[in-house]
Parts: sequence; structure tokens; C-alpha cells
Amino acid sequence: MKQSRALLPLVGVVILLAVWTLVTALRLVDPVLLPSPLATFRTLWAGMVSGKLGADFVKTVIRTITSTAIAAVIAIPLGILLGSSEKLYRSVEFLIDFFRSTPASAMFPLFLVLFGVGDRTKISVAAFGAALVILFNVAYGVMNARKTRLLAAKVMGASRTRVLFDVMLRESLPQTFVGLRNGVSLALVIIVVAEMFIGSTDGLGQRVFEAQQLFDMPGMYAAIFAAGALGYTLNLVFLVIERRFVHWAGR
Amino acid sequence: MPSAPDESRRTAPHVTIRGLCKTFSDTPIYDHFDFDIPRGKLISVFGPNGCGKSTLINMIAGLIAPDAGEVLFDGRPLSDVKFGYVFQNYREALFPWLSAFDNIAYPLKLMRVARAERDRRVEQLVARLGVKIDLALYPYQLSGGQQQLVSIMRALIVEPEILFLDEPFSALDYEMTLFMRDQLQMVFMETATTTVLVSHDLEEAVYLADYVLLLSRHPARVVEFAPFDAPRPRTDKTMSEPDFIATKAHCLKLFQQEVRRG
Repeated sequence: MKQSRALLPLVGVVILLAVWTLVTALRLVDPVLLPSPLATFRTLWAGMVSGKLGADFVKTVIRTITSTAIAAVIAIPLGILLGSSEKLYRSVEFLIDFFRSTPASAMFPLFLVLFGVGDRTKISVAAFGAALVILFNVAYGVMNARKTRLLAAKVMGASRTRVLFDVMLRESLPQTFVGLRNGVSLALVIIVVAEMFIGSTDGLGQRVFEAQQLFDMPGMYAAIFAAGALGYTLNLVFLVIERRFVHWAGR
Repeated sequence: MPSAPDESRRTAPHVTIRGLCKTFSDTPIYDHFDFDIPRGKLISVFGPNGCGKSTLINMIAGLIAPDAGEVLFDGRPLSDVKFGYVFQNYREALFPWLSAFDNIAYPLKLMRVARAERDRRVEQLVARLGVKIDLALYPYQLSGGQQQLVSIMRALIVEPEILFLDEPFSALDYEMTLFMRDQLQMVFMETATTTVLVSHDLEEAVYLADYVLLLSRHPARVVEFAPFDAPRPRTDKTMSEPDFIATKAHCLKLFQQEVRRG
């Protein structure tokens, strides 16, 4: 029973592959538009191991990680600062919510003017979007620290600084990780879009776009799967780190 | 540690409360409340819902600022006093990122006691109370009763001269409550620390107390300061003895008079 439960997540994958194989085998869809799973994954494998796809993949990984790291370094201390004073947070809440709701892609032209065509623009737009998401979550995590826990530290004689570092910071960690996971996902979206359109020569977005232009359908699907696998893995990595460092979350 | 014999012979009250006032949203909960807490005794605070049982110990322990009045410990202000406080909600009062051991040692860390000394003192307390919990575990890996026991040990580690407990067992099931009552009684017998216990369970209040402090509806007055001097350790048998039954019935009668008055 237990083993069969562990296999449950695979059911959807198997069904998708079966339907896909059937559709291509029966030629229900033009094979030029939808290559067979086998052709797609063969292209994916070849591209990742020896082709240009692998290099583009690495480029996108570096850009996404860099922008998330920049966002975290700016947003986490700022979020703690804002969250530790509810008055301070309320006074800038509208600004944060407004820019958090602004599609980061709308900022491309502005950042192009500021940083020119190149990595700096892509990374800074992604960092901008991710930072607001992280900032908002960290601030809320700090603000929603459990009152009893803060009181308990206070009653034991902890100073304000000790309460901040020993209790508020720890209390905000689960919410900080929610912010980091959302932040890295958003950064990936922004990076891939940027790679497609603003004069890029590499990256997964560029690979998808170029394959489509050349009508290289297996190559395009392969690049899409690579991007999907990247997004999924980044999320998973943060989850694993979270489980390790925030072992008490949700308990 | 107030366990030396000459300490217990002192008859002056440990805590003096004078002219305490507190108003919550236009309702006076305390209006010039005076009371003396005797030294080295376990006091149970009991009274109708909303009469301000918890508010009283929170004001004494400095968690809530009174509107007026003064609380002195042997003539000293709270800031000069080492005290322990145990919350009802142990789940939120303990730090889940620290092991049970580090939770207990945390107040010592705040006092800048060196690591080795902290460890030694926790080990000592564990041995003294005969606690059999794996303290390397995190609080969320322990049962409710074990977590509350860890909370109590965290309050005791600084060797407080007074211990406050705010309905410490009301989140536990009955079986665990019975066990924890006896644990608390053992702690009290072992340390003879002045203890103020807020309880909403009359049986528990009488069973553990040297005195039951019965409060009226707000604004709170002292309805009765009922002594109960059955010898310790008290056991299940204590609860069927005439003295216990009489004290409990007496308190219940006064309590119901208060409830009807409102």
C-alpha cells in the first residue's frame, strides 16, 4: 500500500506521456507542430549534454540566482527593519503594495534606459520584482511574530535587541522562505521573458524563441521542458533548505 | 534560593500590593486593590470568569502596567527581583527553534552565564526534579505535559524567588493534568519558592494550595483567603478527606454567591 502511494504522483506523468504518444502516433496533430515525446526528449538530452541548450540553461540559472541573491540581500534586512516597527511599515505599505502589483515587465524600458542592453538590465529588473515579494513577506513574518513568545522573552529579561534577534528573526524565518520561493519563481519568469525580447544572444528564453523562429519544434519543446525543470528544481532546493533550517515551520 | 530555615521563619509578607488600579475599556477591573502574598507558600487565585485573575499576576510580574498602585517584593521593585513566569500556552511560549535543553538554559544565556555553567545548572535542575524527558528533542516533539514541564523548568532555572503560573494545565487533558499537578507539587516541595497559581479549576486550586485567594467579580476584592494545610505530598486520597471536601465546598459556596451577584 505504502509503496503504491509513493508512486501516485507518477500517474499524471504517465497519462500525459501516453496521451502525447497516442496523439503523435495516430497523427491527430500535425507532427511538425507536435513532435513525439521520444524525439523531444532525445533533443533535450542531446542539447543539455553537448549542445547549445546546456550553455543557455547555465546562463539562465546564473542570472536567476544572481538576481534572487541581490534581492534577498537588499530585501531581508529592509523587511526586518520595516516589520519591527508597525508604524514604519504602515507608512510605506502602499508603496510596497503598489510596486509589488506593478508587472515587473513594464519596468524593462526604464531599466533599459538606466542600464543599457545586457545582463545588468535583466538581472536588475528580476531583482526588483523579487525584492518586493521578499520584502513584503519578511516584514509580515516579523510583524506576525507570536505575541506570547515575545512576552516570554521579555519576561525573562531580554532586551529589545535580544528580542529582535532571538525571537522576531526566528519567528519570521518560515514567512521569509515563502518570500524567497515566490521571489525566485518570479525572478525566473522575468529573466526568461527578458532573454526572449531584449536583444539577447543566450539564455533559455532566447533558446525557446530562436527554436520557434527556426521552426525547430523538438528544440523548442526541449527548451520549454528545460525551463520547467529549472523552475521546479529551484523551488525544490529552497524547500529542502527550508526544511533543514526552519524545522519547526508549521508545527 | 529561599530554602534556608531562617528564611522560612520570616513572617513578613513576601509581596505587598498597594492601591492597585486597572481599567480595561471603561471597566474597572482593579480599584485600589491591596493584598499581601505570604512567603514560601503556594497561593491559588480563583474567581469568576473575567474577574481579572490573570491580570493580577500579569501586573505583579510586569507583563501589564497598572494604571496606579505599587507592587513591592520585600520592599524592592520588580526590576531587582528574579522571578519565573509560566504561560498557559506552552506551545507559543517555548522557542521551537531551540531544543528543550536550550529552552531551559535560555534565561541563563540572557544573564550571560557561560556555556559550561549553563549546562551544569540545567543538568542539576533535571537531576533535582527527577525529570525523565529527552531534552535533546525540540518542543514540538514532546507531549503537551512535557512541554509545560519544560516551561516550568525554564522558569525555575534562574532560581526565582517567586514563581507565577497562569492556568498552566488548562490546555492539557485530564490524565496529564493530574500528573502535572503532582509534578508542580514536587517542584514546590523541593524549592519552597513562593508560588502564585491562577486556576479555573477549584479542585486543582485547593489541592495544590496553602491558601486559596478567592476574588470577587470586578472590580476585584478579596472575598476570602482560605487556608488549606493538608500535609504534603498530597495524593488522590487527600481529595477524599473531610478537610479537602470542606475547604472546597466552602470556596464553591462563596464562588457561587459571587457569580449570582453579577
